[in-house]
Parts: sequence; C-alpha cells; structure tokens
Amino acid sequence: MDPSRRVQFRIWRGDKNGGAFQNYEMNVSEGMVVLDCVHRIQAEQAPDLACRWNCKAGKCGSCSAEINGKPCLMCMTRMDTLPPDQVVTVEPMRSFPSIRDLVTDVSWNFRVKKKIKPFKPRKPDNADGSWTMFQEDIDRVQEFRKCIECFLCQDVCHVVRDHHKEEEFIGPRFLMYTAALEMHPLDTEDRLADLKDRDGIGYCNITKCCTKVCPEHIGITDNAIIPMKERVVDQFYDPLTRLFRMFKGK
Amino acid sequence: MHEHDVIVIGAGGAGLRAAIEASAAGVKVGVICKSLLGKAHTVMAEGGMAAAMGNVDDRDNWEVHFADTMRGGQYLNNPIMVEHHAKEAPARVLELESWGAVFDRTKEGKILQRNFGGHRYPRLAHVGDRTGLELIRTLQDHGIHQGMEVFMEMTVVSLLTTGGRISGVLGYDRERGRMRIWKAKAVIMATGGIGKSFSVTSNSWECTGDGHSLAYHAGAELMDMEFVQFHPTGMVWPPSVRGILVTEGVRGEGGVLRNSEGKRFMFDDVPEAYRNQVAKDEEEGWRYVCGDKNANRPPELLTRDHVARCINREIKAGRGSPHGGVFLDIGWIKEKIPNASEHIKRKLPSMYHQFMQLAGVDITQERMEVGPTTHYVMGGVAVDGDTQMSCVPGLFAAGEVTAGLNGANRLGGNSLSDLIVFGKLAGEHAAKFVKSNAAVEVDPAQVEAKTRAIEAPFERPNGENPYAIQQDLQNTMQDLVGIVRTQKEMESALVKLDQFKARLKNVGVSGHREYNPGWHTAIDLPCMLTVSESITRSALERKESRGAQFREDYPDKSAECGTFNLVAKKAPDGSMQVSRRPVVPMRSDLKAVIEKMK
Ligand SMILES: Cc1cc2nc3c(=O)[nH]c(=O)nc-3n(C[C@H](O)[C@H](O)[C@H](O)COP(=O)(O)OP(=O)(O)OC[C@H]3O[C@@H](n4cnc5c(N)ncnc54)[C@H](O)[C@@H]3O)c2cc1C
Ligand code: SF4
Ligand code: SF4
Ligand code: FES
Repeated sequence: MDPSRRVQFRIWRGDKNGGAFQNYEMNVSEGMVVLDCVHRIQAEQAPDLACRWNCKAGKCGSCSAEINGKPCLMCMTRMDTLPPDQVVTVEPMRSFPSIRDLVTDVSWNFRVKKKIKPFKPRKPDNADGSWTMFQEDIDRVQEFRKCIECFLCQDVCHVVRDHHKEEEFIGPRFLMYTAALEMHPLDTEDRLADLKDRDGIGYCNITKCCTKVCPEHIGITDNAIIPMKERVVDQFYDPLTRLFRMFKGK
Repeated sequence: MHEHDVIVIGAGGAGLRAAIEASAAGVKVGVICKSLLGKAHTVMAEGGMAAAMGNVDDRDNWEVHFADTMRGGQYLNNPIMVEHHAKEAPARVLELESWGAVFDRTKEGKILQRNFGGHRYPRLAHVGDRTGLELIRTLQDHGIHQGMEVFMEMTVVSLLTTGGRISGVLGYDRERGRMRIWKAKAVIMATGGIGKSFSVTSNSWECTGDGHSLAYHAGAELMDMEFVQFHPTGMVWPPSVRGILVTEGVRGEGGVLRNSEGKRFMFDDVPEAYRNQVAKDEEEGWRYVCGDKNANRPPELLTRDHVARCINREIKAGRGSPHGGVFLDIGWIKEKIPNASEHIKRKLPSMYHQFMQLAGVDITQERMEVGPTTHYVMGGVAVDGDTQMSCVPGLFAAGEVTAGLNGANRLGGNSLSDLIVFGKLAGEHAAKFVKSNAAVEVDPAQVEAKTRAIEAPFERPNGENPYAIQQDLQNTMQDLVGIVRTQKEMESALVKLDQFKARLKNVGVSGHREYNPGWHTAIDLPCMLTVSESITRSALERKESRGAQFREDYPDKSAECGTFNLVAKKAPDGSMQVSRRPVVPMRSDLKAVIEKMK
C-alpha cells in the first residue's frame, strides 16, 4: 500500500431524533484501522464526534459499529482490508437506539443479563475450598467466556434487528451466556425452562449470522444455541424423558 | 442528588471487588465508571494474577511471594501491604472460582500457574492470555446480583469534603452532559492508572490519572509517583498500534529477545541481586520454561525495569529492529516441541490474533518487533496498610491508584491480585467506617465553583483545541520524563508543564454537551497535568536509579535514598510540595523471611 493515500469517509452524525451522513476526507497511512481514522477526524475536524472505545486491541468490545454495512470492531478493521477506491461508510449499530453519532444505547443487554439466573456452584470438592476440574471439561465453557460483549451478534440477529422481539428473546449473546452457565461443570442451577419460555430460544432459526460477525470467532450457533435447543427438546418434549421425569417426581 | 453510604469510583477489578464486599456488609453502594460496565482497563490484562497457591511447584508459599515482591520493589514497598497481599491472594483467587471464573487447569485438575518475571516459581493463575477479561467478567456477573447501583458513562470531577471529611462526589453524565451529585459517607477510589500522560502507552483513554488528581486536590498524599513502569514489550509497528501490549506471557512460554544481529542480548547483563536465580545458558533457560524445577529462569524473565532498559540500550546502540524495537521470538520453540504452532495459538490466542490482524505478522512463524511502552504506575494515593484509608477521613483507595504494594517496581501479575486483595479490604473497611460515622452535609459552594470551572470551555468556542494540548503534554512527558531521566530535562519539563497550565485557561470546545469527547478531553487535562507534575517533581527529588526510575545523572542506587518514600501534597498556597517519608519499618518476623529467602 502507498505510504499515504487520501480516503473519503461517510460518517453518520445524529441522535435519537435523526441525523445524516457527513463526509470527511483524510490521509491514511500504513497499518491504520478505522478507529484511528475516526480519532484523527475527531482531533482535527470534528472534536464533538462521539464514539466509544477503550482498548484499541479488540479486547473490550466497546468500538462496535457498521463499516460499509458490516457489523465489526472499528479497532480491528484495517483500512487496507477495505476496497481502496471506495468511500468508507461508518455508522452505529442499527439495532440499538441511537444516543449520538456512533454511540448507541446498549442498556437492553445489561437488563437481559441481570434476569438470567446466576452461577450456583456445587459444594467444594476439597477441604481447602477448591474444586477439581479438568481442562477437557472446560474447553467449551472457556470458548464461550472469550466473549467481549461487543454485542455485534445482538445487532445482526434478525429476531432483534427486523422483528424487535427484545421483550421475548434474549439474543445470541445471552443464549450463549446461558449455555456457558449450563455447561459449567460446577453449576447446579437449571435454566432450561427459562430458555424455553422467557428467553425465547425457539425464535432462533439457526441462520448463523451471529456466528459470522463474532470477532472472537465463538461458535455461537453450533456450539451453544443448538445444544441448548436440544436440551430444551429433551427435557420438555421428548416423551421418554417426560415419563422418566414423572417417575423421578421432578 | 443521589444518596449512598459508599461510593466506589471505578469499575475495574479493584472497584468491583470493593463494591461486592461493601454490599455484602449491608451498606448502600453506588459504583460510578467512565465506560460501560465490563470495559474498564482491567479487561485488557493478559498474563495472569499472582497467588502463591503452589499448584505447579509446591515449594511456593506466601513467604516466597512476599520476598519476591519486596525484592522487585527494591524494598520501598509497605511490608504490611505486601504481607496482606502474599497471604490473602490464594483465597481471593479461589473465591473467583466460586463465583464462576474458569481458570486453565493442571493435569491434576487444579488451577494452572505460569511463570512471570521476578516470580521465583510459576505463580500466575491465568486463562490463556485473557485473564483480565475473566476477572472483570466474573466480578461483574457476580456483582450485579449483590444490590449495588451502577452508574455507567459518568465521570467524577471532584471529591466533596466538609470539615476535611468526605461528604460526596460531583460528576457529569456523559450521555446528557449534566452535572450530578452523589452524597456519600465514604468514597473508595479505584480509578486505575495514568498511562495517558505519555505518548507511547498500553493504557486506554480512561487512564488519565483522575483518581490520583481528585484525591490530591481533596488533601490526600501521592506517594512514589516517580515510579512509572515502562513495560519492555509493546508493539512498535505499524505506527497506529504503537504501545499496545505484548504480554510477558510470551516470554513465560519461551519467547526470547534478540537484537538485529540475532543475539540473545539479555544474557549480557544480569544484575547482582538476581545472579543466582538466572539460567547460565540457553539450554537451562529452556528447561525452566518446560517446568524443570532444578533449572533457573531465562534472563528474559528478569524484572520489567531491567528488561526495558536492556532493550533501550540495544536500540540506542543501533542494534534494533527496522522500526526501532528489538525482536521477540516465540516461533523458535518449534525446534524444541512438535506442534509448536498449535501450542502457541492455544497458549497465546489473543497475541496471535493481535499480531495477525493488526500487524500482519504470524507469531508462530515470524518474529515480533517490540519496544518499551508506558504501562503502570507504582505510585498513587498513600493509604494505611491495613485499612486502605488515606489521610482524608472517609477516602479509601484500592488497585492501581494506590501506592505501597509495589515500591519502586511492580512484578507482573501482582496487579490483578492486588485488585482483589485490596479491593476486598477497602470495601470491608469503608463499610465499617460508614457504620460508625454519620453523613456530613455537602457544601454547595464547592459544587458551584467546580461546576463553573468544568463548564467554562463552552464559553470559549474559539479557544485552543484540547487535543492539541493533550498531545503536547504526552510528548513532553515521553521525551523528558521517560525511561532515562536527567535533571536538566526534567527541569525543562516543569517549565513546559507551567505553560500547559496557562494554555489550559484558554481551552475551548464547541458543540453540544451530550457525549462530547472534546469537552471530556478538556476536563481530563487538569488531572493529567497534576499527575505529570507529581511524577516530574518526585523524579527530580530522587537522585538515584532504583527500580523503574533510571537517572542518567545518578546511575547508581544510593543507600540513603533507600530509606525514604517521596510524598507529594498540596500546600495551603496551592503549590505542590514533595517531601521525604521514612519507609514503613519491617517487623522482625518479616525481616527473617527476607533473610531466609536470600
Ligand atoms: C495491556 C495490559 C495488560 C496487563 N496485564 C496484566 C497482567 O497480566 N497481570 C497483572 O497483574 N496486571 C496486568 N496489567 C495491569 C492491570 O491490568 C491494571 O493495573 C489493573 O487492571 C488496574 O485495575 P484497577 O481496578 O485499579 O483500575 P481499572 O481497571 O483501570 O479501572 C478504572 C476504573 O475507574 C474508572 N474511572 C477512572 N476515572 C474515573 C472518574 N473520573 N470517574 C469515574 N470513574 C472513573 C474507569 O472508568 C474504570 O472503570 C495489565 C495492564 C495492561 C494495560
Ligand atoms: S443463529 Fe439464531 S441467534 Fe444467531 S443470528 Fe440467527 S436467529 Fe439470531
Ligand atoms: S458472542 Fe461474539 S459477537 Fe456476541 S457479544 Fe460476544 S464477542 Fe461479541
Ligand atoms: S476499542 Fe476495545 S474492542 Fe475496539
């Protein structure tokens, strides 16, 4: 890539009452990511341009946005991965209410999480209060715990984006969060009834859009949602299991 | 106006742990943080948290951890805090497990521990290279069910005091741009670090030293501010990622440092105090990495201050990498183990991604280019070693904003454990404090004066751009008060800091009050200036080289300087006074521990 080239940006400016794209232009040099450009525009042309960021290294999940229509992290999107002669469009995550410019109101996510029954461990295995767990038993849970809560999967899921089922559906992030708790080797809580009734796992029709945008490459659909769907089916619909449960009196 | 018993400022590891503890004691707790919950700087921590659990090497215990931490801090640490830390860290880590944290495991199914610089035995409980995420998420997910009230995206701009005691805090709400008052009987400061005062840093935008500055202006003392840790390995290329951290975990897993001639230069200069703990050759170093208990650590795992200076020396001597760093090589371990690529990706997944995505470098095959980056501040609010209370009644502090645990240099991994050990202590003692002290009224005059100062930049829409001042300040600190310091340069830094203060009076912002980053930068600037001044004045006063402070004009350690800490305090006339305070004396039983571990 040239040491420096001129690039046009279209950045959405506005708030909950509406807004419009504004054009900016700047020199982009080797290795720059979209967040660098936004910062440069902020420092030199639009000091009041609002955006969120913290780590600039894909670790905190603050800088989520839609770049050329694709949900991604601004700090991990290198300019040289975008088509060179095209205007770069940056807009906020569209599924969440706007606060200002690139900043959206993601408080729904925090409310959803609070409803999910918390971790409840079995009694410690050892006298010193510790547990014995083996690596192979936690690999899957660790995969889910890589989640940086960028909410890009929530943004892209059509159940939220197009059908606005926020009240009946917790979204891929929290289906996976629930799966992480359910698959935690120490956990003793049961969240399957919630998943089925309150959390709307049935709304997910396995389009895998969430998995495609996850910057942590978590197998949200295959590794979390589908196994949870199976457990729900086993527990509530499978006649044999139902019979078995009746006998156990559970 | 909000009313709470305890207000915690900061939702990093320290703040959340403190809030959990205070809530558990049955008092009403509010947590205020600049970002969304779960995004605080702690989320970026990679390598692990130090706790002498002895899961990997059963020779480890609190005494070894105590001695390692004191040696690393060059004996300027507060031994009482070091003792609390070494003794209580294992229980705090286990507690995280009971709240849902999922640490990597040993073959026996215990919490796995890894090697880190300055720690004698493998001691860092970790989760790959995303330990900070695991810590913050665990505390967050546990904490939201404990009854605390969380105020996100709000920034505290002033501590309110009445008759010298804490009465509350004043802040603004980022989303609406309005001022808010929180009345409180006690405040726990847990605001983290100051890295943003320098131009090359691993720290996020939040690390503007707010807590240091707020506490100072409320009458607290800032101790050990000259000790700023420059982490040896930050990214150097491409320019936009300059400073981003490359975890010490890379070296813990066998990564080695080489100069442009391909030489492992760390073997050339091993300090006396560590001579009998360092491998004599490459072969022994590798055995250590593989867990051989009879082998000594490779010199790459010496303390950070030392490694950073050696790298600096190589670069200055013209033996650096193309972009002004040195080479860090982990890919070489394929000579030693099968499936090295897979092993590296499993042990250091986020490093692999970071380099792949941001620099286009495959660390399993290619060498990384790294150089020192401003990382951590050992100095901070001076507190009582047992209760974490500062000299301002009702003001507690925990985490990076606090001085005492680390002395002249922090060992890697001692921060995450610091957060949970002292977060708990601060929460516990703040709750005790509010139970035995009634609330005091907020002083409206303080609120009004501060509010006016905060809003003033809007009256100068054509004033100076806050980003310009910020950048000049960062460059000044980097160039004149960085890794290698001299009296002359630091004196010129002080002159410049005065100029920035003058420019600050003319800073202006335009636009609305809602979510206006230019305005926020203008508000951060005075904090950054206070912090920078305290660093510079303390560094000038310490006429020796010790730990993180290297003075070219005083290249040696002085025995006399080893007897005191430096304390910056606001004088009645508003000027900053730096004075000496004898180090906290060590009890004889702790002295015996040090002797035993020599
Ligand atoms: C890249 C990186 C890797 C690291 N790796 C390790 C490691 O492996 N092991 C280790 O031990 N240490 C590590 N550290 C150091 C360690 O992460 C930090 O020292 C530690 O996380 C600080 O935690 P804290 O709770 O004190 O503050 P932080 O996590 O920084 O949190 C500060 C909080 O205070 C809030 N705040 C600040 N100012 C205000 C204000 N004015 N008003 C309201 N809220 C405010 C912020 O919003 C934030 O919530 C690493 C650091 C970095 C940068
Ligand atoms: S797979 Fe399910 S959760 Fe994921 S985007 Fe599709 S519908 Fe939504
Ligand atoms: S699952 Fe992936 S996309 Fe969804 S919030 Fe977590 S990190 Fe983001
Ligand atoms: S800034 Fe943290 S993920 Fe982008």
